[in-house]
Amino acid sequence: MRNLLIFVLGSVALIALPYGLSFSQQEILVFLVINVLLVTSYRLMTLTGEWSLGHVVIMGVGAYASALYTKELGIYVPVSMILGAVTAALLAVLLSFPLFRMKGFYFLIGSFAAGEIIRLIWKRFREPFGGVRGISGIDPMPDFSIGIYQFDFFEPVSYYYFAGFIVIASLWVLWRIEKSPVGLTFHAVHWQDKLAQASGVNLRAYRTLAFAIASGFAGLAGALQAHYVGTVNPNSFDIEVMVFVLTWAIVGGTATFYGPILGCIVLTVLNEIVLREMGLEQARPLIYGAIMILSILFLPDGLESLVQKVTRRKSAPKPEEKAAT
Amino acid sequence: MVELLAQTGLNAVYAASYISLVAVGLVLIFGVMGVVNFAHGELFMAGAYAVVALYADMHVPFFVAVAIGMAFVGLLGLLMEWALFRPLKDNPLGGLVASIGFLMILQSLAVMGFGVRMEHIPPVTQEVVRFTEKVGLPVARLYVIVAAVVFLSALWYFLKRTRFGWALRASAQDPEAAALQGISITQTARIAMFIGAALAGVAGALTAPLVSVNPHMGHSVIVTAFIVIIVGGVGSLEGAILASIAYAFVHTFVTTFWDGVLADIVGLSLMLIVLIVKPTGLFGSADRA
Repeated sequence: MRNLLIFVLGSVALIALPYGLSFSQQEILVFLVINVLLVTSYRLMTLTGEWSLGHVVIMGVGAYASALYTKELGIYVPVSMILGAVTAALLAVLLSFPLFRMKGFYFLIGSFAAGEIIRLIWKRFREPFGGVRGISGIDPMPDFSIGIYQFDFFEPVSYYYFAGFIVIASLWVLWRIEKSPVGLTFHAVHWQDKLAQASGVNLRAYRTLAFAIASGFAGLAGALQAHYVGTVNPNSFDIEVMVFVLTWAIVGGTATFYGPILGCIVLTVLNEIVLREMGLEQARPLIYGAIMILSILFLPDGLESLVQKVTRRKSAPKPEEKAAT
Repeated sequence: MVELLAQTGLNAVYAASYISLVAVGLVLIFGVMGVVNFAHGELFMAGAYAVVALYADMHVPFFVAVAIGMAFVGLLGLLMEWALFRPLKDNPLGGLVASIGFLMILQSLAVMGFGVRMEHIPPVTQEVVRFTEKVGLPVARLYVIVAAVVFLSALWYFLKRTRFGWALRASAQDPEAAALQGISITQTARIAMFIGAALAGVAGALTAPLVSVNPHMGHSVIVTAFIVIIVGGVGSLEGAILASIAYAFVHTFVTTFWDGVLADIVGLSLMLIVLIVKPTGLFGSADRA
C-alpha cells in the first residue's frame, strides 16, 4: 500500500514537473532524462569493474546509426531508435575483442583510443557521416495521440513524457538485470574474479555481456537525443561530455543503483539551473571543477553515502560494495 | 621531393621535442605518484599563457617570460600535489577525477583572464636557419629543440647521478621500501610534481609564439602525451622519449602527405595496437621512472 502511494505520488510529480519550468528549463529536463539513462547504463558497465572512457562515443554510435537509418533507408523513427541501440550493442561486442585484452588503467586508455578513433572517422568521412558538421535535418519523432494526450514533438514537454517513459522502462530493465543471477555474476566478476572463474563462470563472456547491454542502452539514449535535437556531430560526443558522465557517476557514487542518477540530477540542476540563473556563465566550469574536487576529497563514497546515512537502511551495504567508489 | 622529405623531417624533430617534454613530465608524475594527471595539457596551456601575459602584454624579454612561466607552472604542480594528489593517495580514480576538476578550473581561469579567442603573440625572431633554398628551420623552433635536449639531459643527470634522483627512482620503484630507507615519499612526490609540471610549462611557454594559444589547446596535447606514454611503456622515461620521436615522425609525415585528422586516427590506432599486442609498451620494462 505504502509503495503504491509512493509510486502514484512519484508519477504525478514527474508528470506535473515540466509545468513549473520555463521553456529552456523544459529543454534541459529532456536532456536530463536522457542523461539519466546514459549514466545508469554506464553504471552497469562499472559493475564488472571496468571504467570506460568510450561510453559517450557509443551513445553517439546509437545517435548516428538511428539518424542514418531514417535518412538513408527511410526507416520509421521509433524502429530506427531500436535499431540504433542494437547497432551500438553490436559494435560493443566487436570492440570487446581488442578491448577486453586490457584491464584497469589500460582499459581506460584503450577505450578512450577506440572511442576517439570512431569519432575521428565520423569527422574524416563526409560520406555518410557528414564530416565535422555531422548530420542535420534528422526526422523528428512523428506526432501521435494516445487518446487523453496529444504528443506534439515540437514541444519539449511532449518529448519529456515520451523520453521519460522509455527511460523509466529502460531503468526497470536495467534494474531487473542487476538483481537477476546475471547481475550478481557481474558483481562476482568484479570482486571475486578468480573464485568466479574457478566456479565455471566465463569472465570474458560476462564482461562482454555487460559491455553490450550497457552500450545498447547508451545507444538508445543517443537515438533519443538525435531525434530530439535534429542534428548529430562529432563534437557533441567528445571527451568533455564523457568527463561529465564520469563525474556524475563518481560524485553520485556507484555502489547503489540510484547513486549515479542522483549525481546526474544534482550536478545538472546545479550546473544548468542554479549557476546559470546566478549569471555566472564564464565561471561555470570553474565552480563545477571545484565541486568535483571538493566532493572527491570530502565525500569519497559519493552522494549516495549521504542518503544511506539518513535512511540507515536495514541491509547495510556490503563492505566490498563500498570499496567500489 | 627530397627537400620536402627533409623539411618534414625537421618539422618532426621540432614536434618530437615539445611532445617529449610533456610526455616525460607525465611519466615522471605517474611513476612516482601513481596518478594519471589529466590536467597535464592544461599545465602546458598555463605555460603558454604565462608568455602571453608577460611577453606579449607586458613586454618582458621572451626568455625571462619563459623562465617565469616555467617556475609558475612548477608551482601549480606543487599546488596540485599538496591539495589533490597527497590527500587522494589511496584513491587512484579519485586522483584522476580531481585532476579533471583542476583542468576545468585552469581552462575557466584562462577564459576569464584572456577570453576564448586565439591569442596573437608577436614572433620572437624571424630568423631561419637555411640548409638549402627550400629547407629551413625557424630559429624559434630551434629554441624548442635545444630546450628539449638541455632539459631532458639535465633530468637524466639528476635522476641517475644525484642523491635526490636516486631517492626519486627508489620511491618510484617501491615506495614502502624507499620509506624504510629513510626517503621522504612526500618530498620525492613534491620534487617529481614540480619537475613534471615545469617541463610541461616550459614546453607550452616556448611553443606559445608558434601555435594558436587558446584555453582549450591542452586537449590535443594530453591526447598526444597519452599515446606517447602508452606506446613507450607507462613509467619508462627513455620509452617516452623514443616514442615521442617515433610518433612525431609518423604524425608529421601523415599530416604532410594526407591530412591531420587521418594522422590522429593513425596515431590512436598505433596506440590501440600496442595496447593489444604488448601492453607494457614497445620500450617498456618492469622498472619505473
